[in-house]
Amino acid sequence: MSQNESIHNVVNSEYALGFTTDIESDTAPKGLNKNILDYISQKKDEPQWMLQKRYKALDLWLKMKEPNWAHLNYPPIDYQAISYYSAPKKKLDSLDEVDPQILQTYEKLGIPLEEQKLLAGVAVDAVFDSVSVKTTFEKQLNDLGIIFCSISEAIKNHRELVEKYLFSVVPMNDNFFATLNSAVFTDGTFVYIPKGVRCPMELSTYFRINAVGTGQFERTLIIADEGSYVSYNEGCSAPTRDENQLHAAVVELIALKDAQINYSTIQNWYPGDDNGKGGIYNFVTKRGICKGDNSKISWTQVETGSAITWKYPSCILSGDNSVGEFYSIAIASKSQQADTGSKMIHIGKNTKSTIISKGVSAMKGLNAYRGLVKIGASAKGARNFTQCDSLIIGPTALAHTYPYIDVHNGSAKIEHEATTSKISDEQLFFLMQRGLSEEDAVSMIVNGFCKEVLGKLPMEFAMEARELLNVTLEGSVG
Amino acid sequence: MLHVKDLKVAIDNQVILDGLNLEINRGEVHAIMGPNGVGKSTLAKVISAHPSYEVLSGSIHYKGKDLLELDVAERALEGIFLAFQTPVEIPGVNNIYFLKQAYNARRAKEGLEEISSLDFIKLVREKTQSLGIKADVFKRDLNVGFSGGEKKQNEMLQMSILEPELFLLDEIDSGLDVDALKSVAAGVNSLLNENRSVLLITHYERMLEYIKPDFVHVLNGGKIIKSGDISLAKEIEKSGYSMLEQRSAS
Repeated sequence: MSQNESIHNVVNSEYALGFTTDIESDTAPKGLNKNILDYISQKKDEPQWMLQKRYKALDLWLKMKEPNWAHLNYPPIDYQAISYYSAPKKKLDSLDEVDPQILQTYEKLGIPLEEQKLLAGVAVDAVFDSVSVKTTFEKQLNDLGIIFCSISEAIKNHRELVEKYLFSVVPMNDNFFATLNSAVFTDGTFVYIPKGVRCPMELSTYFRINAVGTGQFERTLIIADEGSYVSYNEGCSAPTRDENQLHAAVVELIALKDAQINYSTIQNWYPGDDNGKGGIYNFVTKRGICKGDNSKISWTQVETGSAITWKYPSCILSGDNSVGEFYSIAIASKSQQADTGSKMIHIGKNTKSTIISKGVSAMKGLNAYRGLVKIGASAKGARNFTQCDSLIIGPTALAHTYPYIDVHNGSAKIEHEATTSKISDEQLFFLMQRGLSEEDAVSMIVNGFCKEVLGKLPMEFAMEARELLNVTLEGSVG
Repeated sequence: MLHVKDLKVAIDNQVILDGLNLEINRGEVHAIMGPNGVGKSTLAKVISAHPSYEVLSGSIHYKGKDLLELDVAERALEGIFLAFQTPVEIPGVNNIYFLKQAYNARRAKEGLEEISSLDFIKLVREKTQSLGIKADVFKRDLNVGFSGGEKKQNEMLQMSILEPELFLLDEIDSGLDVDALKSVAAGVNSLLNENRSVLLITHYERMLEYIKPDFVHVLNGGKIIKSGDISLAKEIEKSGYSMLEQRSAS
């Protein structure tokens, strides 16, 4: 080794703050401290003001305690044993290098081959002209003044909007996981729809190629300016395996006067095996504010993956006559645990909210619905309708319901309906007597149970969701 | 076609059928009669493998196969169809979608491709027209909110699309007025031929005026106590079951 080379090495390693950096992967050492934030911020080429916010979040987080009120059971997470930044690894050269089990699932979901490659992180052939697809849409969106980019780009290029709205719905100190995310978030989506613009297409991460390799701490910010409309679809229906166990994402939605945001999610992270080994811990904070009068935010989610789901997409109904909706399907099979629901906070006059929750528990799955409907003193004429239905398959699955209602205005009208049912032997017998296998019969009954919510998804998404329900519940009976 | 031998069946540890024998050949219509609670429906359910019933001893063979080895769906795909007295409601499941899945399960068993939605709708339209069924009912969720008559018509439709070989008709006359009964019976008759057989379970002789049986059996005390032709049904109609019981006891 020449003298120059060894000097170079020493300088470089110091420059990298002692981090090992090689070509194939680009991973920060385990642990969480200011140096790591420097590292992330530098990797993202962020402005100084953002780094300062990360520092602040870390200071807050270090004083916080992990919540334990959810109906979840998992061993303690060692937050210093996690790596908080990992750049996308080297792309695989062909589908032959992908886990065959993942491919089998893609197959069942009917995902086209080229898309399979994309989802599995395989370098995409020139034949699949994703770039031109992306460019075509980008031009169309640009012409309308719509901004649709990664949050990292937005921090660099749209400081005014980001500074104004980031942390405005989910404050930096909101909860343990949101604060953690505020310190270490690596990427996510930014959307801005200008005044009076109706976004002409479903926005989806599918079109944003660089979202495929997004890390485990996503941050998403969507702003719908006055009189605008956008429908955003998050996630793909592919079971992405991830060596990182913890996912703590934050999503903030802002709907100004007369604006509407529809946000649909299909979450299918790796659920772990039948005995509860492995799988993703999914601690997500999603919240929207209907800031202006007559605005509307609608959340639709299909949660079939993750070992643990902790997620309560919520609406703050601040503007008069604003509307919040939450439609959810949560499936807990194998040894999965889901504690999910919604919060509807009524502040403005004549605000209206709807919660429809469908929980399915199978095998050793545990499904808890947790919801809060809060009617503030100012929310004259507020209305809420909540329906939460649980379906239990088999003798070892569990379902719980924790609805909280907190009313401070006498003019409020609140309706709450809840049912818990088991798949009846008579229903199974009937369907099987007509020639359906037991699994097909169960999936038909479950799909029927979830129909109201499936109907709220954009059409293509709904088809994927349906397939996903079938795949998820395979082997859940007998 | 169907051979039931010394069949002993229990539900919740209570013996319902005890030493029942029955033989049905292709193209035959058999009626099972008997007072309430003697296990008429049990027989139909046990032939189609309802999970609540336990076969303690005896055998059921169908087309040379040991039926007790097959599960509910496998028996259905062998051509056994149970028309329910009260078909269960399944919310959220579209009736036509369900029918198509069931039809395709049968096609898959025969090694055929799935039918296209368009062709299937055509098929349903043909069947509903020939059975005189109003088609709009079947766009709804499976049996949900159907009237008694509509439920029975829906069973007819399933039967005509799935084309079974052994029809188990479990008191399909219950809750129907005469007109509805006639139309359901006409539907069944239109499906019958020399290869298809019927096991018809009923309380009342009036059903047999519309679906003509070749054999009539009286079930009591867990077994068939008397067999005959339509005249046996007429005798029962006239003198009641108690008369037979006394006779068989003596």
